[in-house]
Amino acid sequence: MEINKGAADKIRVAAADFKPLSADPQASSEKRVFDTTLFSDLSSAGIFDMVSKSMQPTATPGSQQEISIAQWASAPTSASMVAFGNLNVSAGKLVVNGFLDDAKNAQYPLIFTKMYTDEATDDAARQVAHRFADEIIFRLSGGVPGIAESKIYYVRLMGDGVKEIAEMDFDGANQHILTHLGTDAISPRVSPDNSRIAFSALSRDGFQIKMYSLLLNRPVAFPTAGGSNISPAWGPGGSQLAFSSSRLGRNDIWVSDPQGAMARRLTSFGFDSSPTWNPKTGSQIGFISGRTGLPQLYTMDSDGSGVTRMTDGGYASSPSWSPNGQFIAFAWDRKYGPGAPGGQDIYVMEVATKRWIQLTNGIGRCDFPTWSPDGRHIAFANSPDGRANHTRIMGMLADGTDRKALTGAGADMPNWSWK
Amino acid sequence: MANERKTEFMNGQRMRTAIVAGAAALLMLTAAGCKKKVNDLPPANTEAPSSVPAPTASISADPLAIDLGQSVVLNWRTTNATSVSIDGIGQVNVNGTTTVSPANSTNFHLVAKGDGGTTEANVRVTVRIPEAPTGPTGNDDGNMGSEAEFKANVKDLFFDYDSYELRPDAQSSVSSAARYLNAHPAVKVLVAGYCDDRGSAEYNITLGENRANSAKTALVNAGVSPNRVRVVSYGKERQFCTEESESCWQQNRRDQFSLDR
Repeated sequence: MEINKGAADKIRVAAADFKPLSADPQASSEKRVFDTTLFSDLSSAGIFDMVSKSMQPTATPGSQQEISIAQWASAPTSASMVAFGNLNVSAGKLVVNGFLDDAKNAQYPLIFTKMYTDEATDDAARQVAHRFADEIIFRLSGGVPGIAESKIYYVRLMGDGVKEIAEMDFDGANQHILTHLGTDAISPRVSPDNSRIAFSALSRDGFQIKMYSLLLNRPVAFPTAGGSNISPAWGPGGSQLAFSSSRLGRNDIWVSDPQGAMARRLTSFGFDSSPTWNPKTGSQIGFISGRTGLPQLYTMDSDGSGVTRMTDGGYASSPSWSPNGQFIAFAWDRKYGPGAPGGQDIYVMEVATKRWIQLTNGIGRCDFPTWSPDGRHIAFANSPDGRANHTRIMGMLADGTDRKALTGAGADMPNWSWK
Repeated sequence: MANERKTEFMNGQRMRTAIVAGAAALLMLTAAGCKKKVNDLPPANTEAPSSVPAPTASISADPLAIDLGQSVVLNWRTTNATSVSIDGIGQVNVNGTTTVSPANSTNFHLVAKGDGGTTEANVRVTVRIPEAPTGPTGNDDGNMGSEAEFKANVKDLFFDYDSYELRPDAQSSVSSAARYLNAHPAVKVLVAGYCDDRGSAEYNITLGENRANSAKTALVNAGVSPNRVRVVSYGKERQFCTEESESCWQQNRRDQFSLDR
């Protein structure tokens, strides 16, 4: 079996430029954003063979009546599916009608049509394009939702040692800072329902778990405990939070409810950090432990039993369990030590067999892999020269191909939303 | 070596097969050849340099006060500077650290020259002559003690790579710190554990915690009441030195003591 399936196995999709229904000059800006975003989302989904815009018919169909579907089905376009529609701006409102046609079904080509209304801004046009793209991906990929509406939470390096929690769209657009704490805020982890971000921030009492509400757009209370309290991780139901706490002296993995109550300790060797739940089952937790020396990747049942060491050496960090429950992505420096060759790269391990593949090589220090909700992509932090302030966020397909920078320097610790 | 490489490669091949077999749907979707296009990628750093910005400069010394014969680490940072000099040292790199052992209290005066002008920065290192009283005076039980006195007696501890065990040099520093703290029972101490900037940000917080706890345990064993010692781990945040060199990493791998007011 081979991984490099040709483009012939993919559905060939044409995304027509949308037809402007108004002469409003503002509409041209939004139309450009919409057309670009739609094409980009469908391309990056990784399941379509996109028709180059230069191969498309010159006509710009705005509705089902206006499209000549045979024109799109025949060479050189040869599309199997055509996404098209119209876009109208009036009275500060953006109205988009999107259509998806099966070009091979001349008699009843329409698969679905949907109307979207929003404010007449470029941001709204981008979000509407994401929603339309996700609908197309959902329909054509056998029911796996698209990720165009997903977000990536991350740490923005502000200078002077200050780090704040920030948010961006899955493609790196729309970057903005959420917290204004003026301290080191690290390890953001968004809740499965996108309502809260758990993170860890430096205070007079050392690192403490903090909570930020995405509904209220402000920090909300979370109790302070003794010692260092770091690396929170949401259970898939959103009712449990795992984290590392040294409240009893050394850092162990603890689990509490999302309010920080009912805290109980799962491990008791010390040196444990960076838990990640199996998001499929919620019955296992991966974590990093230095109990035998350099930090290694471990898994255990979510009651603390069945601890299993997964890596056989080196320096492992930042595990992230895949949405289908089958894999753990993590950062690994297999020849760790002063002067040792090689570097810290992103690896994926199959949990059942402990077999692994290396996804990055020779691009500098890599850390903090995080899976897209559909499991097809991985975002991670990368510093080409190893310097902390040069760290940026990259995206790639989950087999390590098609790597791209999502941010410039000054962004670290990405965490992809659950949906 | 060649064998191991080959094994890894085989592992990778088998793994790819396993992934394909195990998640055919997923893999069909991640198959190579698809093009992910990302538009609108504003760089995270949007501050464009203006035409000729003035240089900025800062210099720090640690510790700020030493006994005669001891050394102090100078650490300076500049931006937009083409030429940097420090009085008494001469021309230096635009960013750097160096260890000096001044014979008298010294004002280290840094001048950074750039196309946008000249900026100066200063740090004063106090050198105590041997006759000066540095030890506990024994009659200030209710006294918090002076910052300089504290610094002179309670010194940073340095650690080996990826280790939280006290080295012999750290053991003697702890003994001196414990003598001072036992003579000044009103003084409370904050132990901050730091790590160098290699390795995992999250795991390093646990390492810094263990380093701070090592110092606390040693102080408690030497008779200091545990409730006078508070520990905090900074992990690899708030780096003291940001060069990628062993001397710099060593400065970062430390327990730093301060008065806990």
